[in-house]
Amino acid sequence: MTEVYIDSTFVGKVEDPKSFIEQIKAERRASSITKEINVRYNAQSDEIKIELAKGRIRKPLIVIENGEPKLRKEHLEKLEKGEISWDNLVKAGIIEYIDANEEEDCLVAFFPEDLTKDHTHLEITPFAMLSLATSIVPFSNYCLATRTHGGMKSLRQALGLYTANYAVRMDTDVNLLMYPQIPISKTLMYDIANEDEHPSGQNIVVAILSYEGYNMDDAIIINKGSVDRGFARSIYFRPYVAEELRYSGGLIDEISIPDKEVKGYKSEKDYRFLNDDGIAYLEAQINPDDVLIGKTSPPRFLSGMDEYTLGTSSRRESSTAVRHGEKGTVDFVVVTENEEGNKFVQVRVRDQRLPEIGDKFSSRHGQKGVVGMLFPQTDMPFTASGIIPDVIFSPHSIPTRMTISHLIELVAGKVGCLSGRNIDATAFSSEPEKALREELKSLGFRENGSETLYNGLTGEQFKVKIFIGNQFYLKLRHMVANKIHSRATGPITLLTRQPTEGKAKEGGLRLGEMEKDTFVAHGAALLLKERFDSDKTIVPVCEECGMMAYVDKFKNRHICPICGETAEINQVEMSYAFKLLLDELKSMAVYPEIRLEDQY
Amino acid sequence: MSEELIKEYIDVIPNSLLDQVRKHLPAKAKKAEVKKILELLREEFDNMQIEAGECVGLVAAESIGEPGTQMTLNTKHFGGVAELQVTLGLPRLIEIFDGRQNISTPMMEIYLKNPKCSVEEVTKIAGKIKETPLSELAKSFEVNIADATIEVELDKEAVAQAGIRVATIVKRLQTGLKNVNVKNKEDIIFIKVTKEGDELNKLYAVKETSKGVFVSGIKGVTQVLPVKIGEEYVIKTAGSNLKSVLKMDEIDTYKTRTNDIFETCKVLGLEAARQLIIDEALNVLETQGLDINIRHIMLAADTMTVAGEIRGITRYGIVGQKSSVLARASFETPIKHIIAAAERGEIDKLNSVIENVMINQPVPIGTGLPGLRTKEQGKGT
Repeated sequence: MTEVYIDSTFVGKVEDPKSFIEQIKAERRASSITKEINVRYNAQSDEIKIELAKGRIRKPLIVIENGEPKLRKEHLEKLEKGEISWDNLVKAGIIEYIDANEEEDCLVAFFPEDLTKDHTHLEITPFAMLSLATSIVPFSNYCLATRTHGGMKSLRQALGLYTANYAVRMDTDVNLLMYPQIPISKTLMYDIANEDEHPSGQNIVVAILSYEGYNMDDAIIINKGSVDRGFARSIYFRPYVAEELRYSGGLIDEISIPDKEVKGYKSEKDYRFLNDDGIAYLEAQINPDDVLIGKTSPPRFLSGMDEYTLGTSSRRESSTAVRHGEKGTVDFVVVTENEEGNKFVQVRVRDQRLPEIGDKFSSRHGQKGVVGMLFPQTDMPFTASGIIPDVIFSPHSIPTRMTISHLIELVAGKVGCLSGRNIDATAFSSEPEKALREELKSLGFRENGSETLYNGLTGEQFKVKIFIGNQFYLKLRHMVANKIHSRATGPITLLTRQPTEGKAKEGGLRLGEMEKDTFVAHGAALLLKERFDSDKTIVPVCEECGMMAYVDKFKNRHICPICGETAEINQVEMSYAFKLLLDELKSMAVYPEIRLEDQY
Repeated sequence: MSEELIKEYIDVIPNSLLDQVRKHLPAKAKKAEVKKILELLREEFDNMQIEAGECVGLVAAESIGEPGTQMTLNTKHFGGVAELQVTLGLPRLIEIFDGRQNISTPMMEIYLKNPKCSVEEVTKIAGKIKETPLSELAKSFEVNIADATIEVELDKEAVAQAGIRVATIVKRLQTGLKNVNVKNKEDIIFIKVTKEGDELNKLYAVKETSKGVFVSGIKGVTQVLPVKIGEEYVIKTAGSNLKSVLKMDEIDTYKTRTNDIFETCKVLGLEAARQLIIDEALNVLETQGLDINIRHIMLAADTMTVAGEIRGITRYGIVGQKSSVLARASFETPIKHIIAAAERGEIDKLNSVIENVMINQPVPIGTGLPGLRTKEQGKGT
């Protein structure tokens, strides 16, 4: 007797598990019971598991009967004419959905040619095993899965045209590629998913070559001439917002050019882009810390005296300024009311980003790298016919990663360019490499894609033939302009008096615990002290009781909280963090006595 | 002649180096030449020594710690041969340096006095070592209700392989079970329950417990595996009991070892334990393909054993022994240490590295170590 479980709950036993399962499957295909059902017979534990729960991942497959797919030519013809739909096929039991559990009992063929009597199902297409995003990677069956996966991840970070109505949107952190193209080598899924509507890269000429050492370690060299012609230019948008908040007592923020009397007034120069309404005018070329929306707020705490002071000088300055380290042009201004009925102003700043050293680029095969150098077109290598590569890619990136698809795409792109057509690069059913090579040969090129190149700096011919072809290249969203950051002196945190952390707060780069160890290991004691000097303070300490004393500036003397004015006070240098620790110890009723001793 | 000269250097140059000089010195070397060689050797030796103020502890810690981040985390490994499972990798390293009392896979390598003996002899010795319950030596257990006895028929071959006499089995059963009377008639053992009035009730319980009574072998050794290493037979065991194994006649007491550091310390002493810490740590690092200089591990092993007992590198071990309150507080459980220090009125002399980093003073290491000592020469000069 075989035990039967529905969604892991025991329901009963059956005599003949095989026929029981066959019956369920037959009825499912005949639509006499729900299509949602999946069953599996586990011969090892002699159990039948029936699954009906929601949340299972199921996969559509073509049903095979007696070694023949139930999906026939006439179905396809009718589908093409629009006489039947997918739902009709599912209803007719020609296609059924299998979950992970039932898959254990199935034998699925990849290609119709492989079908035998034992097969239960046929894949709709072999690339159905790839996700939507992954099936856009060209020639992915010629590549390691990890690299294909990396290529898919690169595609998701690529700049492109994310939406056509970007001009009237206020999205945060938006990048737009300026001249996006349709890839020469594209897959079937690319068309099905309508990727043409939001393209994300450009077709360029890539030479695989080491050149002047600027493309070592996965770096690439870019032709400056290509940039001038539009390669990899992008636009960055950032919206700034300001809101007229209402406070208790009928007080309200005011969006306007701040009065000079206002507390925290910056300088006239900082407000120079503002119109009379307090908002920066369109197409203003703004720089870091310039004010985009002028705003003043009422005083934070209203004490009795303030109400009688003259004028409006008690108002605070609270304008929205351009972020530190960023620049751009005022692109778009929206003035509205928000849910609370407050005046709400949004200003979008646009900034053009030309590719520069350190920007990240990638092909669609997980071969990502940063720009190592931009060469003027005159310094780039060239072929006999005068073709100059847009990008020089390092040959050392190929052997260990085995991204053969990268190489095939170069050849395919070359063929597509020369013959003026798109190449089908769908996984498992792409145009065969052999045919591509032959076509390239018939077009008058060497069939392996290599060409004689000349050194752009010396004019000498390279001793070897260089592999050169056309490829779809992606500019990824990690750009130097967004990340570059440095600091000499700057803001400190209130509590510890140590420098702030993070780019947004203009912070420093911490010399951490492990970095500290390296100084200690080298015995560089004084250098270490200097590095940790950022929060050093001088504290007056009482010699008598070892408590920190304080200064009475009015009478210009030091007073110890325990021993009073007469005590002997000494100045001690220590880190402010340690002073804080001593204070915290006192707060937990521990008396940290400092015993002073002559240093020498 | 040159021997006299060499003797002068006994306290300056280590003996091992002097031996090398003796070995390689040409017989007809002149006195001046020997002197020159020895002087040069002394200079080289002095140069090679660690200088004062060199931060050896931290360098050792980083040198072990940094490659440790690259160690694979697969914990269990089969120690060279099938069946025996040994904890290796990071977990084992932590176990060693933490000074754990109970290690996860104790094991022994038992060397034999006669390493080139036959396979039969090795299996016989191995059988004697392995802890065997009665059930493994018995063919059948039968309960005789009428006599309130259990009749155990022994498996002759198994008994022979374990290298034990039936009389000993009887003896061990007598001590291992309560309220019974054990006798034997050749290969059949009779266990009679003696507790009056309760015989029948207890009969089945005694039958089950008697199966688990260890009648032969050494306590704690759950698995034995004779291995041929080169020409030699070595018995590897899972479970460790060095003290009992060393008492056996067939064993080479010099080479036999365990991987239990505390047991080694108890049986062979602290110096042996220190050596074992070094050997075990090196072995782990080697299996992971890491090349760490032995001196770093020696330093760690020395710190663990200087106190005359094994102390782990934990907050209960050597870190807890630090004299500085701030140093202890900065390691783990700061509030506990500060409160305890306040209760005792501890004084922090601020003469180690961590405290001085905290208060932003030069650390007493390297260039921060030398101080200036001037003599006051009268007043106003």
